[in-house]
Amino acid sequence: MARMTGRRALFAVPVLLTVTFGVFAVAAASPFDQVKAYAGTAGLTASQENLDQIRANLGVDQPLVTRWWNWLTSALQGDLGDSTVMRQPVTDVIVERMCWSALLATSAFLIAILLGTGLGVLAARRPGGWLDRGVSSAAYTLEAAPAFWLGLLAIWLFALKLGVLPAGGLTDTASETITFGQVASHLVLPAAVLGISQLPWFFLYVRQGVTDALAEDPVRGARARGLSERTVLLGHGLRSGMLPMLTLIGSRVPELITGALLIETVFSWPGIAAATVEAATSVDFSLLAALTVLATAAVLLGNLLSDLLYGLADPRVAFDG
Amino acid sequence: MTARSIRGAVAATLATALALTAAACSNPDSPKAGSGTGTTSAVVGIAYEPDSLSPLLGYGKDGNSKIFDGLLTLDADMKLQPALATALPEISEDGLTYTYKLRQGVKFSDGKAFGAKDVVFTYRTILDAKTNNPSRTELDAVKDVTAKGEDTVVFTLKYPYAPFAQRTVLPIAPEHIAGEQDVNTGAFTTKPIGTGPYVLTKWSKGEKLSFTANPHYWGGEPEVKKFTMAIIKDDDVRATRLRSGDLDGAILPPNLAKGFAGDQGRKTYAANSYDYRTVTLPTNNKVAGDTSVRRALDVAVDRRTMVDAILNGSGKPAYGPVPTDSEWFTQGTERPHDLAAAKKILDEAGWKPGKDGVRVKDGVRATFPLWYLSGDKLRQEHALAYASDAKKAGIDIRTEAGTWEVIEPRMKHDAVLAGGGSPADPDFDQYTLLKSSLAGDGFNNMAWYDNKAVDAAIEAGRKSGDKAERKKAYDTVQRELVKNPGYTFLTHIDHLYVVDDRFGPLTTQVEPHDHGLASGPWWNVEKWKPESTGDTEK
Repeated sequence: MARMTGRRALFAVPVLLTVTFGVFAVAAASPFDQVKAYAGTAGLTASQENLDQIRANLGVDQPLVTRWWNWLTSALQGDLGDSTVMRQPVTDVIVERMCWSALLATSAFLIAILLGTGLGVLAARRPGGWLDRGVSSAAYTLEAAPAFWLGLLAIWLFALKLGVLPAGGLTDTASETITFGQVASHLVLPAAVLGISQLPWFFLYVRQGVTDALAEDPVRGARARGLSERTVLLGHGLRSGMLPMLTLIGSRVPELITGALLIETVFSWPGIAAATVEAATSVDFSLLAALTVLATAAVLLGNLLSDLLYGLADPRVAFDG
Repeated sequence: MTARSIRGAVAATLATALALTAAACSNPDSPKAGSGTGTTSAVVGIAYEPDSLSPLLGYGKDGNSKIFDGLLTLDADMKLQPALATALPEISEDGLTYTYKLRQGVKFSDGKAFGAKDVVFTYRTILDAKTNNPSRTELDAVKDVTAKGEDTVVFTLKYPYAPFAQRTVLPIAPEHIAGEQDVNTGAFTTKPIGTGPYVLTKWSKGEKLSFTANPHYWGGEPEVKKFTMAIIKDDDVRATRLRSGDLDGAILPPNLAKGFAGDQGRKTYAANSYDYRTVTLPTNNKVAGDTSVRRALDVAVDRRTMVDAILNGSGKPAYGPVPTDSEWFTQGTERPHDLAAAKKILDEAGWKPGKDGVRVKDGVRATFPLWYLSGDKLRQEHALAYASDAKKAGIDIRTEAGTWEVIEPRMKHDAVLAGGGSPADPDFDQYTLLKSSLAGDGFNNMAWYDNKAVDAAIEAGRKSGDKAERKKAYDTVQRELVKNPGYTFLTHIDHLYVVDDRFGPLTTQVEPHDHGLASGPWWNVEKWKPESTGDTEK
């Protein structure tokens, strides 16, 4: 197990290097001009000399490989550079926003896993029953619905029509202090929407897994021995039905990150996503590269996690190495 | 598991996750405990977010920044008034030396005293090439700035520049803070400290800026104690949150502002502006560069209809960068819509209608592209209306949308639907729009306009300190624009704001093209006298 973790960590190094270089290359090839993005509206009246000076100050005129190498070497020494679009050190940008994104993603993930598992087990108990048919068709519909659209729908219903939940932000607009109650009420909609957009995958996997397990001989044997329905369902069915879902948990991480990106935009959630979008359109190399490394690391960790869980849950699965 | 127990489990886990992460998510700059009951607050919705709050990088350069003060400030009538200076500057005979006496006893919000060294530091830093300030050219005239003792600052100029005093509205930064860090990326760029009526308590990027009244403000503590600017880029969301009571005021486009017209509790304010929309007619284009085509387009275009149809009446026809109601406008240079006259000009110049109705001269078809910024609905509508008016006169204008990256390399030959406008002085717009030596210099003189008489007049206008003489110079410029229009100016746009009535009758300033933070009725929020008795804590 430790060896597998070590090997994966070693393997992550070239992946991360390639990804950061890719970010620099793609950003350099994009038609967006970093200096213009930096200057904003003032750039539309600035003289060419002024713009050229800023170009030199920002070091934008250096070749791609030099800039990547400079970024990499200072990043390894702990200096992630300064974000040109946020006018702040990259570390500050990430620290200020990361935990709000983590909060949103964790809540959403928990909603998706718990609700998906619960509903999946209930549906598997009576395949073809009203609950199964209802939830399954809803799940297929949800799979096709973009998170963005779900978010707008939720705002329309809960914030505008019913007026029960706030439409966006981390706290009320007038409030300056961040209190638990404020954040909790503002978290409900974005977390629920993001969670529900992830829910179909978990639900469908668990439903299938548990249905299959219930049809297997050991379960039929258990039933025949007169064990309670509850024990059969949770002890036998869910246990073996859970296995494929463990893989799913890891592989949903990238989806969760992109989903969070959209949800944060829709709900004006001050997370890392808004910063990512701005960094991309403004060709903010330092911030963009740092965020990409983080996202890549999250995906790699997600995969590792699901493999570890799988190995722990099923003794027949060996750790690779 | 029953549905109820699932709900319970979800709620419990959510709460745990929240508690765990929220504990880690500290709020680094949460203010000291709220000032309790009786505070008055105002929350306004704006569409624009600044990149930086550092005056050294260009924030608040046109004055009125709330967190900072300039040496001078502009009042409701756009007249210069002393702020951190005790009086308007003393200007030497030759117009090359400006001397400011500074207000004494002023403190920055961190308690340290403001002094001449801060003024010198601010201007010298902006002029330093290492500072990434994209508006540095505006201080081009400055040769040097020096302190004479604690209370006097002297600017020496490279050339006489009449509107220089207007430039000294730019905010003064504290040397003891901003001088200690990287001017381009230091903490000061997001956590500013100034002498102004408000202190920034929190800037949640993309969400809002929160201010609290500066109790030690030299101009007296503001009555509106808490002031919040919510950044809401989407017009519809802003209107919705205004309607729901989340906001006390907001800037709105004309069609959405109309929805609040009958509202008893809210008032709509239309701020006059210098914000123009114009079509550049580049000299390098064979068609657009032809003076007769330019003059024909100038009268073929129906500005009144644009104001009524595109702006819902909230604006004015424009004939140049100077709005028709400005004291600098030259009466008699209005060009009414006259299609017959346009056709006559083209006929006389030899532009004859071809088979498809498009005019031709010496084998050149009267056609050119007109670019507008994609996604900007207002510019798109102006461009389409302009093309349709031109078509009636036999000139075929093809509208195309693009980002600035696409448009910029084409500006030399293609027409662009451009916007701009700074109200403080007629020099600010006209010099950069019309000076021939600035042709193709960044976004300056995008039309490559070249007119000796105009060059001479705008030079004279910026050098002379005498107002009558300046007016004469700008009259010349506007009359020349009738004879040879390098741009077709279309409209000046009013900015509309809807604000809660409880703040009493409010005023607006004449506004520039940029929607700065402090544009709108809240330009003087520090002087608001809310009617409420202190129940407005929101």
